[in-house]
Amino acid sequence: MSTSPALALPFDETRRRGGFWNAILSSDRPRSKVLSAILLAILLLLAATPFLFSGSQPLSTAAKICVFVVLVASYDLLLGYSGIVSFAHTMFFGIGGYGIAIALERLGPTWGSAAVGLAAALGLSAVLAVAIGLLSLRVRAIFFSMITLAVASAAAVLASQLSDVTGGEDGLSFQLPPALRPAFRLLSEPLFGTPVNGRLIAYYLVFSVSLVVFLVLLRIVNSPFGRVLQAIRENEFRAEALGYRVVAYRTAASVISALAATVAGALMALWLRYNGPDTTLSFSIMIDILLMVVIGGMGTMYGAVVGAALFVLAQSYLQVLMAAGSAALAGLPILPNLIHPDRWLLWLGALFVISVYAFPGGIVGRLRQAGQ
Amino acid sequence: MVSSTTATPALETRGLTVRFGGHVAVNDVSCRFTPGTLTAIVGPNGAGKTTYFNLISGQLRATSGQVVVAGEDITRLSASARTRRGLGRAFQLTNLFPQLTALENVRLAVQSRADAGWSMLRVWNARRDLIDKAESVLERVRLADKRHVAPKALSHGDQRKLEVALLIAMEPKVFMFDEPTAGMSVDEVPTVLELIHDIKERRDATVLLVEHKMDVVRSLSDRIIVLHNGTLVADGEPAAVIASPVVQEAYLGMEAARG
Ligand SMILES: Nc1ncnc2c1ncn2[C@@H]1O[C@H](COP(=O)(O)OP(=O)(O)OP(=O)(O)O)[C@@H](O)[C@H]1O
Ligand SMILES: [Mg+2]
Repeated sequence: MSTSPALALPFDETRRRGGFWNAILSSDRPRSKVLSAILLAILLLLAATPFLFSGSQPLSTAAKICVFVVLVASYDLLLGYSGIVSFAHTMFFGIGGYGIAIALERLGPTWGSAAVGLAAALGLSAVLAVAIGLLSLRVRAIFFSMITLAVASAAAVLASQLSDVTGGEDGLSFQLPPALRPAFRLLSEPLFGTPVNGRLIAYYLVFSVSLVVFLVLLRIVNSPFGRVLQAIRENEFRAEALGYRVVAYRTAASVISALAATVAGALMALWLRYNGPDTTLSFSIMIDILLMVVIGGMGTMYGAVVGAALFVLAQSYLQVLMAAGSAALAGLPILPNLIHPDRWLLWLGALFVISVYAFPGGIVGRLRQAGQ
Repeated sequence: MVSSTTATPALETRGLTVRFGGHVAVNDVSCRFTPGTLTAIVGPNGAGKTTYFNLISGQLRATSGQVVVAGEDITRLSASARTRRGLGRAFQLTNLFPQLTALENVRLAVQSRADAGWSMLRVWNARRDLIDKAESVLERVRLADKRHVAPKALSHGDQRKLEVALLIAMEPKVFMFDEPTAGMSVDEVPTVLELIHDIKERRDATVLLVEHKMDVVRSLSDRIIVLHNGTLVADGEPAAVIASPVVQEAYLGMEAARG
């Protein structure tokens, strides 16, 4: 019961059709006023970040949230909707990042190189996802998870060994196409006090691609195909008996998820003008993704938005907040020490444990429950 | 009536056998099933009836022998491929999607039949035709008012009806019912029996029915086959089979012992 994904609650969406929002959101409305408000707030804040906050950190945080929404949503397609536990998701994230980095570094900073890099990365991800899927999705679930772990580790080792191509542990820094460079000016005059430069264009590129990919993923999980994935998650044996080729569906889900993660990796690299093991490939990102899925709510695409936004914000600002708190409480016993910035990971862990206990269906599951 | 034996049978098993270790659960069973015929499969508990079904619909692989559907050898095909060739199965132990609604359970069956599972860029409820059809099937099994209840919250009898609904929604050529009324309350049984009767009346459907209740078998079947320790021991007209000594001893004796 406590592990049941939030989507599984029976509800009547069969009669709700038509309308702008149903078309955009694939008939999968937030179904909670509070959740709608939160999602709208996140969307508007992300859309307006360049004009609301000054300095580079807020913009970088917003870009990271956009990328992680896609990354987490694509992982939830696997974990929450299909019941597939994969540890190779950061590998696909990394492939996207390296695709862009290597192409732009080797072929020069043009849009053409970026397209070549992205296409090659998507191709490689698709082939790997099909191979892993066909090799291991027909056997026991635990075996699949182990294989993805092994393949992901091998990919990480490979990336650091092939330092001629990948830059090894140092990663690759590269130049962006001119239109995305900070020096580039689209408008000569600032707009609402914000210079319309290449950085701004890069941000809106990340924002809009993330938004589109997210909406496509939302459509896919709410399509007839997405319904089959949920059926397989519920009862694989019965889905097979109903005539659905379970292995083919699972493999397709892995491929879609891998492609979306690859796009996310490409966006991350474009934004950072850098790609390395720590930004896309590391196993600690895999753990972050898992936390974001669970905190947001497994089996709900909106959980990815809430989870990613909350987590990335905490990652970026919890230390700052704690430093302020610690300074404010200076002089008191123990307390300043307890919220010393170095303890931020401990507090994040505590938040995680509390949220899993309090909201087993994640934040989205909890909000929907309250809304009913 | 048993229809012409010269026509290609809808389903045929040839020397079908499965061993579990030393135990032969289904032993060299050869049998043909023709459209328009309801064949009851009877036999004591553990006789191998469900295992025979599992071999036919592909949940189990045969140790030897063949399963042939409409002339095609499907012995090596997966369960899903067999379903797509027109084999339909309702399970003895209810086997549903426990957390999806009753309507969604049936809709998934309808969707499979319509071969719409690979559609990724449409919203599922844009296929209103699939929903309508699922609803009409739910009406036929008298579950329309429970369309938004998940199976885990349904009574045992309703779960059994939903199991039958999934089979009907698949519109198979061969219907395999495995004790469809077991554990149902008396007032629910007629609904299911009527449905099976209706299917049988359509002359193109081939029906296999595993059933313990002899009155049901008598009233519905055109033919009875008897399994005992995995072996086919009797096959023929209902009256004759029921009267045969092997059935009196192997099956009805046990029925009497059950009370
Ligand atoms: N997967 C399996 N592994 C080992 N033995 C099995 C397996 N499946 C069935 N059996 C055995 O095969 C025999 C036949 O079982 P089956 O379920 O087919 O009987 P049945 O005729 O359907 O009985 P019932 O009337 O109780 O449903 C039993 O002895 C059972 O224990
Ligand atoms: Mg049985």
